[in-house]
Amino acid sequence: MKAAAFAYARATSVGNALQLLETYGERAKVLSGGQSLMPAMNLRLVSPELIVDIGELAELRGISVSGGVVRIGALSRHVDLLKSPDIAEHAPLLAEAIAHVAHPAIRNRGTIGGNLAHADPASELPACMVALKATIVVRGPAGERRVAAENFFTGIYETDLSARELLISVELPMAGKNSAHFFHEFARRRGDYAMAGLAAQAIVEEGAFTDLRLVFFAVGDRPVLAKVGSGLLGRAVTPAELATASSALGKELDPQDDQQASASMRRHLAKVLLARGLSALLGRPDLHAGVRA
Amino acid sequence: MTVTSSNPEILSELDRPNSYIGKVVPRPNLGRLMQGRGLYVSDMELPRMGHVVFLRSPHAHANIRGIDAVAARGVPGVIAIVTGKELSAIITPWVGVLSHLKGLKSAAQHAIAIDRVCWQGEAVAAIVAVSRAVAEDAAELVRVDYEELEAVTDMRTALDPATPVIHPSLGDNLAFERNLDAGEVDAAFAGSDVVVEADFIFGRHTGVTLEPRSVVADWNTAEERLTIYQGTQAPHMVQNIAALHLGLEELQVRVVCKDVGGSFGIKVHIYADEMATYALSKLLRRPIKFVADRVESFNTDIHARDHRCWGRIGVGRDGVITAFEIDDLTGIGPYSMYPRTSAIEANQVVNLVGGPYVTRNYRARARVVFQNKNVMCQYRAVGHPIACSVTEGLVDLAAARIGMDPVEIRRRNLIADNAYPCASPSGLRFELLSHHAAMNKLMTMMNYDALRAEQAELRSKGIHRGIGIASFIEVTNPSAAFYGVGGARISSQDGVAVRLDAQGSVICQTSITEQGQGSESLTAQIVGSVLGVSMERVRVILGDTDNTPYGGGTWASRGAGIGGEAALQAAKILRGNILDVAAAILQSSAAELDIADNAIVNAADGASRMELRELARIVYFRPDTLPPGVQSELMATRHFVPREYPFAFTNGVQASWLEVDTDTGFVKLLRHWVVEDCGTLINPQLVDEQIRGGVVQGFGAALFEKCIYDERGQLTNASMADYLVPMSGEMPDIEVGHVVSPTSETELGAKGAGEAGTAGAAAAVANAVNDALRPFGAVITEIPLTPQLVLTALGRV
Ligand SMILES: Cc1cc2nc3c(=O)[nH]c(=O)nc-3n(C[C@H](O)[C@H](O)[C@H](O)COP(=O)(O)OP(=O)(O)OC[C@H]3O[C@@H](n4cnc5c(N)ncnc54)[C@H](O)[C@@H]3O)c2cc1C
Repeated sequence: MKAAAFAYARATSVGNALQLLETYGERAKVLSGGQSLMPAMNLRLVSPELIVDIGELAELRGISVSGGVVRIGALSRHVDLLKSPDIAEHAPLLAEAIAHVAHPAIRNRGTIGGNLAHADPASELPACMVALKATIVVRGPAGERRVAAENFFTGIYETDLSARELLISVELPMAGKNSAHFFHEFARRRGDYAMAGLAAQAIVEEGAFTDLRLVFFAVGDRPVLAKVGSGLLGRAVTPAELATASSALGKELDPQDDQQASASMRRHLAKVLLARGLSALLGRPDLHAGVRA
Repeated sequence: MTVTSSNPEILSELDRPNSYIGKVVPRPNLGRLMQGRGLYVSDMELPRMGHVVFLRSPHAHANIRGIDAVAARGVPGVIAIVTGKELSAIITPWVGVLSHLKGLKSAAQHAIAIDRVCWQGEAVAAIVAVSRAVAEDAAELVRVDYEELEAVTDMRTALDPATPVIHPSLGDNLAFERNLDAGEVDAAFAGSDVVVEADFIFGRHTGVTLEPRSVVADWNTAEERLTIYQGTQAPHMVQNIAALHLGLEELQVRVVCKDVGGSFGIKVHIYADEMATYALSKLLRRPIKFVADRVESFNTDIHARDHRCWGRIGVGRDGVITAFEIDDLTGIGPYSMYPRTSAIEANQVVNLVGGPYVTRNYRARARVVFQNKNVMCQYRAVGHPIACSVTEGLVDLAAARIGMDPVEIRRRNLIADNAYPCASPSGLRFELLSHHAAMNKLMTMMNYDALRAEQAELRSKGIHRGIGIASFIEVTNPSAAFYGVGGARISSQDGVAVRLDAQGSVICQTSITEQGQGSESLTAQIVGSVLGVSMERVRVILGDTDNTPYGGGTWASRGAGIGGEAALQAAKILRGNILDVAAAILQSSAAELDIADNAIVNAADGASRMELRELARIVYFRPDTLPPGVQSELMATRHFVPREYPFAFTNGVQASWLEVDTDTGFVKLLRHWVVEDCGTLINPQLVDEQIRGGVVQGFGAALFEKCIYDERGQLTNASMADYLVPMSGEMPDIEVGHVVSPTSETELGAKGAGEAGTAGAAAAVANAVNDALRPFGAVITEIPLTPQLVLTALGRV
């Protein structure tokens, strides 16, 4: 398990990195925290000719808040998110989710940019980005683009990024008044990728949802923003409505079989998450107790 | 005598002032390992060393039509590319059979496959280069022309006439069959009030050592001698086999085993790629290093436990068990492993089922079949988890059927503590066990009645918790009955040499080995205690065939019981010799003297007479001052092997407390208890941690670990991401208690403790899950108990 030989360049600026990517195209790989790229190289699943190490690019670092927006630089490590008071205050969903990403050693190196660019459908962070209506900021030869998280993830390990572009940062609207969030995942062991998970962000006013983004992960080829969420807005949710939403969710999802869980098991777990999530967001234990998914 | 104690300070009769026996003392090797100064094989660099990478078959079964290595040979840094045929001129093939396992058959296995590959992962060529990375580059360029053959993967159809025979010369795919019929089984079942049966299914899993298998082989042409540096449990066995197949005398092979990063039985076998590495060193006349990477570890380290075992039990309404019957089937891969064979696990299952119980009526059949999957062989607690899960699963099913508490049914059937010596229906002889004392202690530790009340209360709130109990017996301290009688050159005796050096410190050489169990510590504790020397002044040397007495090594829970007794006896002789010289110097008699705190003292009042340091100075440098005729012998050697009992059986009982989320199928372990009886405890902390580690491996089997093969014989989860080992986040607190029934076959009284945890953990967990699911009428007799399995049993998916 040794990587094939490769050339290495430490980018000195974003411009320099983009230049290298322009020249090498598909034959280059950006190196960020290395927690997904290095294992893949050691297994020789990928053998890039050139590694472009962006680790020194100060402008990709840092978490800041201004104008109602939380900006997270691509090189922010998982541990930075975990410890950031700004994230805890303005994006508590993300603060809760990040604790479920891998283990301390990996969180000390892995970055949000690398995680989102890697786009593992079982990962927590892409789902959070969709739930939080994040904007992904990308720079390439033609300048900067801003992509809504919903449109950024395009398939298993696939995104809207081209081989000549860098993910620069993500921007999240600050959590507003009456906002509520729910995060839960079912993983065989703490720190594992989930068998099914739910990242949800909502606005709850007088016991009813005025906004509800239910984003399921590990149940499709990318994070799934469930359509059933929109049907639950504006009124008190009854157990009967939950049951209807639950079966609609089952039809909406198209999960894959794998070693951890069959498609039907994943669908079932998503329904359990739906019940638990709605009951937690609304503070209604009766909903959860009433449903046998 | 049986002592029940919760106080580890007085756990041994040998415990006396200034003794280390029965005491928690830090291991002498702690500093070395914690400061990163351990020496593992992968740390080694020798001049001119080549690194070997094995090109491995992607197919489970295929003919090799040709190998084209021309392009690979041209890669700069490549030293050689060697095929199986070329290597067969250097090293002969082997057949993994033993004569006492009657009828066991297997085919000749080569270091590298020659015409045909029989499992995905079998080596087809060796690529030797100046570094592992270069060898991997070159390996990508070797072209092998395979003709794929039908793979035999399902053990249930392996014996069908329509299934291809993997080794045509053997006639069929049956490697071994054993039948046993004891007592009056049919009559007993006919007379039972209730008969319950079930199919028990065990996932194939493996040992996953932190340090993979590693070898550096160094053929010295000038000396005509091969030095093998290897992380192995049995250096003398490796020496014997390497010499045998390379056509050398054992004198020409030295095996050195420094620090080893875990073994669990994985490193007690002879692997084809290790044999190939020895042969490559001889062929290429230079040191060769092989370090398995994680993917090839999963594909080539022995697997274990792939069993399907049907079982039934008869009981009366009074809870008395009338009979057990089992039919066990296991698939072992294409070859029986060398030299311990792959029939031992099934054989143990036959031996051990029903072992804790009184009933004399027992019938068993075990069949061992070949398949095109990785080889299977002995791994921690060989056969025990299968036998324990089947036995204890059946006992719980019977208890549920007659409406009896699981503890009560066990109390009515466990062999009485005063019934020893006695024997099991399969002929196992028990010297002294303590099932009832252990059960009583367990009940107190876990507060059983209160837990049952809590369970009932939570059940009414929709929280489903379960209690699982599993009694077990464990084979330890094996005599020659295990391997020697079957013709294997695997020593069942061990030797220890102790000597007083010129400053009064002690050098101790032992044939047992250390892979983390604490062999160094227990040896130093025993020697220090017997000699009256402090532990810091005892240096233990192990793992070197040139520098230790001949012996078996460390496996089958034998290090403390056998190697420890040899250490005790050697130290006693040396002590006598020291006192003889001291008497001569002090013009006293040996009987009037003792050794304590590194000094000769008066036996009567403990007054110090002379430092050992001073005694050693006189003996080594001024022997002229000793009385005429006094020749001191400050080195002594003793060997030990059990002769009265083929095995020193131990016993114990485990209990699991867990919660099942019936919405998701997830099982959460809450607490676990173990009471076990390994006789004298030399270092209670080492024993407790052995138990805990073993339990965790049992949890792995119960909930997580499984080598998942597809129908074409491809291992589909050969990585740490997909093969789930138990991790700390999911582990409950594990409480350990002891009952102490020393064996009287040795002065030390120690039996083994290394496998007890693994033996019963999975059975306790499975019983607890079924206990939790009882209101739903669901019964699961398959492990690992995945959420998918639980939800399926509940009819939810
Ligand atoms: C044992 C283990 C467990 C894990 N468990 C989880 C888990 O439970 N959940 C989870 O979400 N993740 C998990 N991970 C993955 C971890 O979160 C990784 O850190 C993350 O997926 C990748 O981030 P990285 O910074 O390490 O990226 P790298 O490995 O450096 O890069 C990943 C990919 O993204 C590309 N890339 C990196 N940065 C950029 C950029 N700025 N612009 C464009 N492309 C870029 C790289 O070229 C590469 O293709 C686990 C990893 C390990 C080793």
